[in-house]
Amino acid sequence: MNKLNDRFSTIMLTTALFIVALMYLFPIVWLLLSSIKPGSELFSYPLNILPENPTVDGYVYSWSTMEFIKYFINTLIVAILTTVLTVIASATCGFALAKYNYKWLNVFLICMLATTMLPTEVIMTPTFSVILDLGLYDSLAGLIIPSINTATGIFMFRQYFMTVPNDLLESARIDGANEGKIFFNLMLPIAKPVVITLAIFSFQWRWNDYIWPLIVLSDPNKYTVQIALRSIVGADNIDWVLLLSSSIISLVPMIIIFIVFQRYIMDTSATSGLKG
Amino acid sequence: MKDTNKKWAFLFIAANLVLFIIFFAWPALLGVYYSLTEYNGNVATFIGLENYINLFQDPSFYKAMSRTFLYTLLGVPLVYVSSLLVSVLLVSKFTKGKNVAKIIFFFPWLVSPIVVGVLWRWMFGESFGFINYMIQLLGGNPIPWSSDGNFAFLVVLFATAWAGTAFNMLIFIGALISIPKSLYEAADVDGGSGWQKFWHITLPSIRSTSFLVILLAVFNLMKEFPMVQSLTNGGPGSDTTFIVQYIYETGFDQLKVGYASAASMVLFVVLLAFSLLQFRFAKGGKVDE
Repeated sequence: MNKLNDRFSTIMLTTALFIVALMYLFPIVWLLLSSIKPGSELFSYPLNILPENPTVDGYVYSWSTMEFIKYFINTLIVAILTTVLTVIASATCGFALAKYNYKWLNVFLICMLATTMLPTEVIMTPTFSVILDLGLYDSLAGLIIPSINTATGIFMFRQYFMTVPNDLLESARIDGANEGKIFFNLMLPIAKPVVITLAIFSFQWRWNDYIWPLIVLSDPNKYTVQIALRSIVGADNIDWVLLLSSSIISLVPMIIIFIVFQRYIMDTSATSGLKG
Repeated sequence: MKDTNKKWAFLFIAANLVLFIIFFAWPALLGVYYSLTEYNGNVATFIGLENYINLFQDPSFYKAMSRTFLYTLLGVPLVYVSSLLVSVLLVSKFTKGKNVAKIIFFFPWLVSPIVVGVLWRWMFGESFGFINYMIQLLGGNPIPWSSDGNFAFLVVLFATAWAGTAFNMLIFIGALISIPKSLYEAADVDGGSGWQKFWHITLPSIRSTSFLVILLAVFNLMKEFPMVQSLTNGGPGSDTTFIVQYIYETGFDQLKVGYASAASMVLFVVLLAFSLLQFRFAKGGKVDE
């Protein structure tokens, strides 16, 4: 009876999982299938689920119409530089907040918490004035510098360093190492899982970011991938052939990152720092 | 000894401190000041509380704000339920094909908000979309997904749930696998059904995680902008124009910087209220445990 019950549950729940997974998968599959249809097939009713004459013309058209290499390079510069700087700044800051005990550090911690409540989206107009005043308007530096500071990154490192025993620090101090040396030679290597997780997160944030480039950039030569896509989807008459294949192209770098770092991304323990 | 540590501690936070002052504190204070002025990008004239008074009499502001609240009110439970459902299925001992399914559910995390908008706009196109085609195939009439405000709103909600599941799923799975197995075994002995176990063991055990997911979702939905911009561009009319898009359009398109800043301050107060509320609840949860 119990075995029969288990088998029934397995069939029911696996079917449920299958249906829900299909619902999540379908939009992306539909985009992919549509992107290899010739333009004439896209809008002809009745629709064909599978393309009748699959073609990569859409991709060739996208690649020649949009300057993807330029957008990719711009976005890569921003994403990589920001990620490196974010990891270093968040690691040192998280370390200080976890391992030193000063009142002003606690005040700073609360300040960092406040940034989560007043994100850039909320104060776009005054942020724009600040960007102008600093001469960062229409430059990639204007995308990189403000994005280095992230409360999430700092909390991830703080949470992690709080689990590192103080004895380890003390013994290194007794050996005469200064704090900078202790941090870079001892603490940063221990925190490698957080470094990788934050690096992936930061890369994804920057690659997919829309708000900052929207505020900061105006020269099409400096466009990031998302802003370039927005210029297609924002047109009065959307060129769907161009938009569908361009969307797929824009996903490629993130998919590569996912394939390479999958086990770090899906490791749920790494996100636990966010609960701090 | 202690003193050198102090220097190091300061050095370690210096970069973030400087960035905090320049890109957070300064714009925040500037925003408060702008909200009290009439400012079109050239000259700021002090006008006191006039912006706020006008704002609270502006029907388009009320509409954007109430649409944002409605979106949050409907979207947060949708994101919560779909993330939890997916996570429960993924940790259940009765399901097969978990690894592939997990990757499928996670995939939307890789997709940028702009492309999420494109995806759903393409699927729900009125005359060319897959969904309307299926509806017609089944004998129904095509639904005006983009020209009817309520249907457009519905599509925005679908897209939100689709995109928001991935990350919350990771958080939920982490919490679900740390629930002690003994609790379920005890329930088995007592003959508890699957539904009872979920209601009386699973849900209470992940209470603090639920609060976290809900708070994150509230914040994300309250400041939704990029996805909707590419999905509906706020339309039809202003039926899916949420508050951040309203602020953006007032500040950057109409160049009413002071007015937009006043709207920003109102949004900030709302977000602040939400987090204070959450802190209260979170503390209550700790007392219970």
